[in-house]
Amino acid sequence: MSTTATESVQKEQSMLLQKDMIADHFRRLGRAKEEGKKVVYTFVPGNLNELILAFDMLPVHPEINALQSAMRKKSAGYIREAEKHGHSEDVCTYVKCDVGMLKSGNIGPTGEKLPEPDLLLLSYTGCFTFMKWFEILRKEYNDCATVMLHVPYQGDGAITEEARAYVVKQLREVLVPQLERISGRKLDHDRLEELLASSARAEEDLVSILESAKQKPSPIDAYFGGVYYIGPIFTAFRGRESCEEYYQVLRSEVEERIRMKSGPITPEGPMHNEQYRLVVEGPPNWTSFREFWKMFYDESAVVVASSYTKVGGIYDTGFRHDARQPFESLADYCLGCYTNLNLPSRIDLLEKYINEYEADGFLINSIKSCNSFSAGQLLILNELEKRTGKAGGFIESDLVDPRYFSAANIKNRLESYFQMVDAKRQNRHTPSSRERA
Amino acid sequence: MECYVGIDLGSTTSKAIYMDAHANILGRGIINSRHNYTLACQIAQEEAENHSRFAILEQSIRENGTGQSIAATLMPVLRAKYKLAEHNAQLAELRRICMKDLDNWKDPMAASLYLEAVEHILHRMEQEAVDIYREDTAEKSDFFRDIATSQFMEFAQDQVRRHVEELSFERLVGIFDRAIIRVESVSFAKSFSAHIDFAYREVAAMPAFAPYRDQIHAAVKIADEREFNIVRIVGTGYGRQRLPFEKEQIRSEILCHGLGAHYMFPDTRTVLDIGGQDTKAIQVDGNGIVENFQMNDRCAAGCGRYLGYVADEMNMGVHELGPQAMQATKTIRINSTCTVFAGAEIRQRLSVGEKREDILAGLHRAIILRAMSLLARSGGISNEFTFTGGVAKNEAATNALRTLVRENYGEITVNISPDSIFTGACGAALFARN
Repeated sequence: MSTTATESVQKEQSMLLQKDMIADHFRRLGRAKEEGKKVVYTFVPGNLNELILAFDMLPVHPEINALQSAMRKKSAGYIREAEKHGHSEDVCTYVKCDVGMLKSGNIGPTGEKLPEPDLLLLSYTGCFTFMKWFEILRKEYNDCATVMLHVPYQGDGAITEEARAYVVKQLREVLVPQLERISGRKLDHDRLEELLASSARAEEDLVSILESAKQKPSPIDAYFGGVYYIGPIFTAFRGRESCEEYYQVLRSEVEERIRMKSGPITPEGPMHNEQYRLVVEGPPNWTSFREFWKMFYDESAVVVASSYTKVGGIYDTGFRHDARQPFESLADYCLGCYTNLNLPSRIDLLEKYINEYEADGFLINSIKSCNSFSAGQLLILNELEKRTGKAGGFIESDLVDPRYFSAANIKNRLESYFQMVDAKRQNRHTPSSRERA
Repeated sequence: MECYVGIDLGSTTSKAIYMDAHANILGRGIINSRHNYTLACQIAQEEAENHSRFAILEQSIRENGTGQSIAATLMPVLRAKYKLAEHNAQLAELRRICMKDLDNWKDPMAASLYLEAVEHILHRMEQEAVDIYREDTAEKSDFFRDIATSQFMEFAQDQVRRHVEELSFERLVGIFDRAIIRVESVSFAKSFSAHIDFAYREVAAMPAFAPYRDQIHAAVKIADEREFNIVRIVGTGYGRQRLPFEKEQIRSEILCHGLGAHYMFPDTRTVLDIGGQDTKAIQVDGNGIVENFQMNDRCAAGCGRYLGYVADEMNMGVHELGPQAMQATKTIRINSTCTVFAGAEIRQRLSVGEKREDILAGLHRAIILRAMSLLARSGGISNEFTFTGGVAKNEAATNALRTLVRENYGEITVNISPDSIFTGACGAALFARN
């Protein structure tokens, strides 16, 4: 055990803040219809939160609802419900969980009913399933108004001027007019700039928090803890004052932990005695999230960087939303999402993390029902091993379908992986029978 | 003497290795796995200790000037006689437990009827014991359970045929089944002194060895009195978590197979282990340190248990599958990677008149094809390749593997040790020593 049993698990102020923010958001969603607020369903990667907020609309993120359902142990039932309606076993389980939730009364994570969408806003950033998902929702919601921002894939590993101009043109000529039509108001440019400026301030703090993991010991877990840290900025809160406040508070807590040289906070208290520093690629499993995390902190393993905490924006390579160039920066944000990167860029980013965060190794959690993430992951594994010489591990699970989380097998693999890292560190010579002879 | 112990508690068998401070293997022990892992661990370890004593005994005889010439002929006889003594002790225990079982029967008529039948069966088993352990068969690795089961079944059928109206085969087998579990829970391995004494007396009475009886006796004494000071034990395998060991004394079987394969074949860079419930493709460096591994996670099709299922489906013993598949004149394609669906394919193929051996050849190829996919995922095979685990004993499987390795990776040295089943335990012993 890496944590001390007697230490009380005190919730930090940032955790309480985030809880309040989420509760408040869902309360507002619950009142949206009576208050005449318009509701936009949209996805996390490439989300245009500042633009949505500038029209005083409220966003709903179906994949966040799906993962929340999984953490509340409701996804198995929802998935069964979706399969009953003809969705195949091989379909992305986020989709099935969301459709199942819809078919079961659309009750959100706080127990309040979610309002129906007035608009489906699809930023297409590399995940083909998102498009099909909204096709299904459009049908379920009686041909709800739908708008798609087509974001070109970074096939050559860079954002080109043409791609940027193409996205900006769509924002100006398709997105804004549609949002104006649905919301019934003109775009308030000043408001948009204020929101973008606020986003940039929160992003600055987020980067500082994520980079704190370069310290030894790392004061944060950038995967299991990281998914909580990215919550506000990847979803409905980026651009809001509450979001800025959250990251200021979190940053000061992390800085305090650096001063105290203490490790990350786990569900069982602070982790001591950091033994393994890892970089993780791929989303976590949500149905057994705590159990999965425990397999790491019980071995005193901390994740120092992860790609999953970049799906809603890669800020640590320098990108910030920019009030001086509102549409251009929104375009760059969408184009630069992790899901929109090609394989070589993903490998470069992970390699950079392994080196800069002085990781002992890297792990890939390969998701059964997510081709967008999983395709090419073995190539990533082999290439990273070759480039860094660090121990690579490969585990398999799923996002929100509990049928694909085999705890005993995953634990067995992780144990073997940690022992492999140990053995590589010691690199001891073992005689062979030939030397004996 | 100082020694290091590696224990591999697999899902089918439990293995132990005794190793000295210079990494020489002293002895190996293998038993059927039991539900009680602590007991399995203990008995496998005792087997390995006895095996070590035999190695010491042989060495003592060889070191003695005149002994050198007789060692080669003496050792198989001595081993056979030792095994006979062990077998007889187990038979005596089987008899005691069967009789106790019958004592508790409420119906005295039935009890006396079955008592008579069991007496006949056990008597024949006792008579045949000597033939089982002639010196030329001494190296066979059959477990007492396997030998006793096949004998008991055969003789019980005879009894039922003779007393059709009175005896039920199932009831007879029930008596045996209850007893054999308890026989397996008794450690006979500790009785080295008694068994080696029996073996010594037997060989000393033989004209070929009588002139050397004093030397043999001296060697027996050395082996019997040798004390093993176990410095450290390391456990691995699926039952490892249930061993009463410290965390540091428990190693993953992936690392153990990697290190064990390196020990056996030092140029190994890729290891394939097909065990009872999982398949592992492992890449190791020049020191046997694991660099990468891939395992079957979401589905266990293509593991050793697959063959167990196929054997049941075809009403055969697992050990008969390989030899029958070797008789094939063609290889039937089995598409399904799912164990249960493969069962359906077998029935379908049999129904259209395909030969069992040809279907079995296809099934062996199907298992290896699954393993090839894991191997590819782990980075493929570029240098010497070692196949470990229980399935490595199956000739049809190893033939399919050699063919597919050649087809996919060209001419690669493929190592398969006769002791491949001990690879994990060997790695664990090396970890204990390190």
